[in-house]
Amino acid sequence: MDNIAILKIGNALLVTIQVDMHDRLATQLQEDLTNRIVQHRARGVLIDISALEIVDSFIGRMLANIASVSRLLDADTVVVGMRPEVAITLVELGLGLPGVKTALNAERGLALIGGVDGDETAEDADDD
Amino acid sequence: MATSATQAALVRLFNDGEAAIFADWVKHLSAGDSRISAQEAQSQGKELLHALGKALGQGSITETHGGEFGEVRDLLAAFSRTRAMQGFSPSETATFVFSLKQPLFERIRATTSDAKQMADSIWALSQVIDQLGLFAVEMFQKTRDELIERQRQEIEELSTPVVKLWEGIVALPLIGTLDSGRTQVVMQNLLETIVQTGAEIAILDITGVPTVDTLVAQHLLKTVSAARLMGADCIISGIRPQIAQTIVQLGVELNVISKATLADALALALKRTGRAVTKVKGNARLQTEDAVPEKRG
Amino acid sequence: MPTTTETLPIATGDDIVRVRQKVRTRAVEVGLSLVDQTKLITAASELARNALDYGKGGHADIETITEVRRGVRIVFRDKGPGIADIPQAMTDGFTSGGGLGHGLGGAKRLVDDFDLKSSPGQGTTITIARWKR
Repeated sequence: MDNIAILKIGNALLVTIQVDMHDRLATQLQEDLTNRIVQHRARGVLIDISALEIVDSFIGRMLANIASVSRLLDADTVVVGMRPEVAITLVELGLGLPGVKTALNAERGLALIGGVDGDETAEDADDD
Repeated sequence: MATSATQAALVRLFNDGEAAIFADWVKHLSAGDSRISAQEAQSQGKELLHALGKALGQGSITETHGGEFGEVRDLLAAFSRTRAMQGFSPSETATFVFSLKQPLFERIRATTSDAKQMADSIWALSQVIDQLGLFAVEMFQKTRDELIERQRQEIEELSTPVVKLWEGIVALPLIGTLDSGRTQVVMQNLLETIVQTGAEIAILDITGVPTVDTLVAQHLLKTVSAARLMGADCIISGIRPQIAQTIVQLGVELNVISKATLADALALALKRTGRAVTKVKGNARLQTEDAVPEKRG
Repeated sequence: MPTTTETLPIATGDDIVRVRQKVRTRAVEVGLSLVDQTKLITAASELARNALDYGKGGHADIETITEVRRGVRIVFRDKGPGIADIPQAMTDGFTSGGGLGHGLGGAKRLVDDFDLKSSPGQGTTITIARWKR
């Protein structure tokens, strides 16, 4: 099973990227996310990249695309857990991540999403 | 251009007279030096001479870059390295090698009857020793350069501390010029600290940065961007009036919140992180109970 | 041996992953710092992707240098259409919507040595290297 799991946390969706992404996987992820945002009327998308040792322009474009589409669906996109060496490299590469908010971890990321009740946990996900 | 006759002559020279050459050389090696014992100098010399003899017997005798001279080069590299670290000068190190000429030439003179052969041998050996001497100096220089580089890095690390001002608020007092090398260190220190302390606001204080030109501004902006990617916002403080003017004149876009003083920046940071400072009645002087750590929220 | 060279093909997206992994292995071997490793691998990823997307596929020669100084050098070769406008290709092409430049300027900033040879119809050869400090 190659798909990346999408979890629901409160009114947000959480995606944890752990594998080396290739084109098909990236396209699949964007499609799945878009559908789920609509399905759950999610207000935000959290993308956890703490497992990524590299973020190149391919991943960067994917993140920016997700942010653009989410924005159209009225959801914030927050990238969390970026490693220091990745941040330094991205800055040097000159790769901006337009429309993407960033936070140190998922907890902080949730707080950045508009209209969030910070007490919601993953367990509440099914009370929809 | 050394002929095989010359090579044979030199090989013979070493085979027959290595001990004698060494004895002669020892007289020229500095006897008393506080930095190195006579014994050590002599043992190094003996090894070098022996390796040289072996090398001459093997390959092209005027080309010291070849594999045949590998052992000689290794010995010289190690020798130059220790000399550099012991505080010798490049000249002293080279002289050690060049001083080999006299005993060698003496020996050639004493054992060669053919005038042309003598000239050829002396010339060939002279070339070899010159090359080896230069090599020794280069290795010496390399060690010095490595030492300087290490010290430079240490200074860089030491001069970019990250200070935690409060829960979630850190400060970086930047002292000195901000070049690309230092910027890398600054970014690394700052980002590591953000990870470790979970800081949300970083105050970059540039009071100690003498000039801010376009490049320095770029470095500052890079640092700010990197921190932002890790979820921390930056405030720049300590912009002196002249710096402010220069920045405007240069047309540099510093898209960061900036405050004149670190104090102002801290006040803003506290406000942004949801804290208020209240004045309560208290003694202005420190009391003994202040030595006990307080809980900070 | 002063250097070892391995050649990897670049024909699929998975190949790009393999190039990254190989470069990481060599970078660690040579002793590059974590940040330098990351920069090199990211640059390699960019250039491998370029070879695939613009160059119709190619090869990466990964050289590990351990004598005199330590470092990793990578040559990306493709027999694609070549780059017509090199200065333009060197600009940052990271604007959303595809971008115009090849983003080579960014890759250049991530490495110590950068060399580009390309002309229309002649394919492209890009050499990058990072050295241990």
